[in-house]
Amino acid sequence: MGVVRLRKNFHQAKWDEPIIFEMSREGERGILVPSVDAEIERVAGDALSTIPENMRRKEKPNLPEVAQVRVLRHYLRLSQQTLGVDVNIDIGQGTCTMKYSPKINEMLVRSPKVTELHPYQPEETVQGALEIIYRLDHMLRALSGFSRFVFQPGGGSHALYTMASIIYKYHQVKGNDHKDEIITTLLSHPSDAATAKLKGFKVIDIPPDPETGLPDMEAFEAAVSERTAGMIICNPEDTEIFNPRIKEMTSLVHEVGGICAYDQANANGLLGYVRAIDLGFDLGFYNLHKTFSSPHGCGGPGLGAVGATKELESFLPVPVVDYDSSQDRYYLNYELPNTIGKVREFYGVFPVVQRAYSWLMSLGDEGVREVARIAILNNNYVMSRILKEVRGADISFPKTRYRVGQVRYSFKKLADETGVTVEDVIRRMTDFGFHLWTSHHPWIVPEPFTIEPTESYSKEDLDEYIEGLKTIAQEAYENPDKVKNAPYNGVIHRIEDMSFFEDPARWAPTWRVYLRKHRGEGVRK
Amino acid sequence: MNPIAGMGGRVGLKGTDGWETVEKAIKLGAKPWASERAKRMLRELTPLREEILILTYPGEMGENAAREAGFRVELVGTIEGERSTAEDTKRAAREMLKRNAVLLLFVGGDGTARDIYDAIDLSIPVIGVPAGVKMYSAVFSTGPERAGQLALKYLRGEIRDVEEREVMDIDEEKFRQGIFAVRLYGYLKVPYHRRYVVGGKSPTSATERMNQEAIAVDILENMEKDTYYLIGPGTTAKMILKKLGCDYTLLGVDIIYNGKLVAKDANEREILRTIRGKRAKIVVSPLGGQGYLLGRGNQQISGEVLKEAGGKKSIIIVATQNKILALHGKPLLVDTNDREMDELLSGWYPVVIGYHERMMYRVAPG
Repeated sequence: MGVVRLRKNFHQAKWDEPIIFEMSREGERGILVPSVDAEIERVAGDALSTIPENMRRKEKPNLPEVAQVRVLRHYLRLSQQTLGVDVNIDIGQGTCTMKYSPKINEMLVRSPKVTELHPYQPEETVQGALEIIYRLDHMLRALSGFSRFVFQPGGGSHALYTMASIIYKYHQVKGNDHKDEIITTLLSHPSDAATAKLKGFKVIDIPPDPETGLPDMEAFEAAVSERTAGMIICNPEDTEIFNPRIKEMTSLVHEVGGICAYDQANANGLLGYVRAIDLGFDLGFYNLHKTFSSPHGCGGPGLGAVGATKELESFLPVPVVDYDSSQDRYYLNYELPNTIGKVREFYGVFPVVQRAYSWLMSLGDEGVREVARIAILNNNYVMSRILKEVRGADISFPKTRYRVGQVRYSFKKLADETGVTVEDVIRRMTDFGFHLWTSHHPWIVPEPFTIEPTESYSKEDLDEYIEGLKTIAQEAYENPDKVKNAPYNGVIHRIEDMSFFEDPARWAPTWRVYLRKHRGEGVRK
Repeated sequence: MNPIAGMGGRVGLKGTDGWETVEKAIKLGAKPWASERAKRMLRELTPLREEILILTYPGEMGENAAREAGFRVELVGTIEGERSTAEDTKRAAREMLKRNAVLLLFVGGDGTARDIYDAIDLSIPVIGVPAGVKMYSAVFSTGPERAGQLALKYLRGEIRDVEEREVMDIDEEKFRQGIFAVRLYGYLKVPYHRRYVVGGKSPTSATERMNQEAIAVDILENMEKDTYYLIGPGTTAKMILKKLGCDYTLLGVDIIYNGKLVAKDANEREILRTIRGKRAKIVVSPLGGQGYLLGRGNQQISGEVLKEAGGKKSIIIVATQNKILALHGKPLLVDTNDREMDELLSGWYPVVIGYHERMMYRVAPG
């Protein structure tokens, strides 16, 4: 093992960068547009007059007025305050699949061929884009065994809501009025339950068997009934133990006429090896952000690609992309007889489709399998080292099982023996330029943290991260106060008052709202 | 601090209430351990040593431990008589309240919790440092360090949520004779850290009370006509009656029929008289820290009542998700004093944990 050097004296970048609106100075311009040539003005006349009076805005929009170079500096400075995959070994945000998005895919997406597309263009002028959507659909069919995919939902929860809507519509069409329950598991993603509930279903959670960490089968059998409309679950769940009894579960739900929907948001370790259809699922989705090379959620627009079996294909949202071989033409097909309708304007987030397509094309069939193999290998390497070398770290469920793409660890032993909690460790990690995440509610595993190494970090990266955890755990045993008082190189020691998180009256998601709520001003004077 | 807390248990007695028991315990070799536990708790508060003033009682009731841990101390009274008693505990708690204490930490068991409840009710938040023989109440932390960490976070303002938790105790006289009778005495306010207990499917700002309201709305929505509903003790179950605008007893069993209260604080006989030959449902929630669903604090819902109502299928379990998750997978327990009935009631139940949300949970004989 080579020498691993921690990034000592790392210091977080932070200052009070003004908001772009605060930098605005009346009359300042980024681009000076030359005044119109007299001849052109004569020929064109008053262009504005073609817009009906009632559609013209009365006042100018309240946009910031800032010179180009100041805009550039502002955003470059902001970029220095960010933390993400490109500046940090981002394996500590388990469940989020924070992997590297190759820049070649980004370059393709930024090509004017993509950026200049307009959703109102006639079909015959966007054949290339439609072909990419069509071909990606077929690639995902191959990975999952489903009959068709749509790319409209704008993220994982949106995809889950789409699946809940399909289950709802399916039973409506079948006249199954009595089916109003959806089964999920406590360790599946919270949105599996939330979206079903939002759709009007009653949700039943299955707790994990404390021995195996897998959904308790007795509880599951007791939960399935004639009222079961379906099941929406992850497999593996947050524990990343692959459930060997998953087919029994899907069979039980099918026996009572329910639909099985697969939350495959974290599919990294399964790609090319596990097909949803073989496990008995009728619906499923992949996050094209995360697994398929697009930046994750807040880092960019997301896309939850929803797939369905032949039987449920007609319920998918419209439009889908089809190919007419007689005319060699791709087209938008709105004619699905049972469709739940539209779930988003236009045809989904095309740049995300493009990135996923480029990513899969660059990998090929064998490359995709290699992604899964390396993700699993990395994960089990990290697990083995953490359990052996990081004092006070443990996992709650059986250590004998290998995990797929991530592991939920526990620092309970550390907390019991030293008083240093996982939250203290998290703060100390920032002193070395690392990010470790804590939101694993509910804390079924005490003092939890989740590491998801994915395939895109090298052994050196993983070793460096483990070294950070090892160092801090050692500090906890030798000098617990050192860890408890961390961070030392972070600029915010602790957020003492978190009350604003829970007070919608103080939230200011836009500048206009900020002015109204916090400065008592309207936007327009 | 109850200086004698826990002494009886360590030598096989069933509690340490009253000095006669203590003497017996000392003869059997018991040593006081409450002070040690207090110091372990206080060690966690060290970062705030310069900023806080500890109000306490002399000597073994807190002063010694606080001084040894290096804190500034203000005594708020004196121990009447030679040895401290429950009366001293109550007086101390009242005096602390009067002097604007922001948080009350006590070291003891169920008996001490009852004394604190008698003295201060729901006025200020409380954290129990577990040191007693009996700990049926839900006001205790899992250990002294946890109590200290929770206090630290509360005092720093990192935690602001408090929830009402059960104060329960048994009749020690009866207990020593082998007769169980656990009662729900009331509620104390306890700070809680969401990291341990946040709603799994709603990791947002839903408070315990909002969860209780959501549960109540669900139950009301599904209520059947011409059916007697026995509503068991506890804040979660009673939210149903609150939502209905009915009068109710927090600690007893009330009965409603078609949305109207028909019996308040009914005993076993009244319950049986009301429901005999009728359709009945029983709404219960686990009481206290050990997950007892039946037989602790709700003995009115006896084996016979359960038989009359139709056994397992008549039971509706309500509990906030916090409460269920705090059990860490241990089953809910039933002890109806009828082993056969306990076995019949065992199995998996869909526990109502929110509006349109159930969690499958196992019930087992206690």
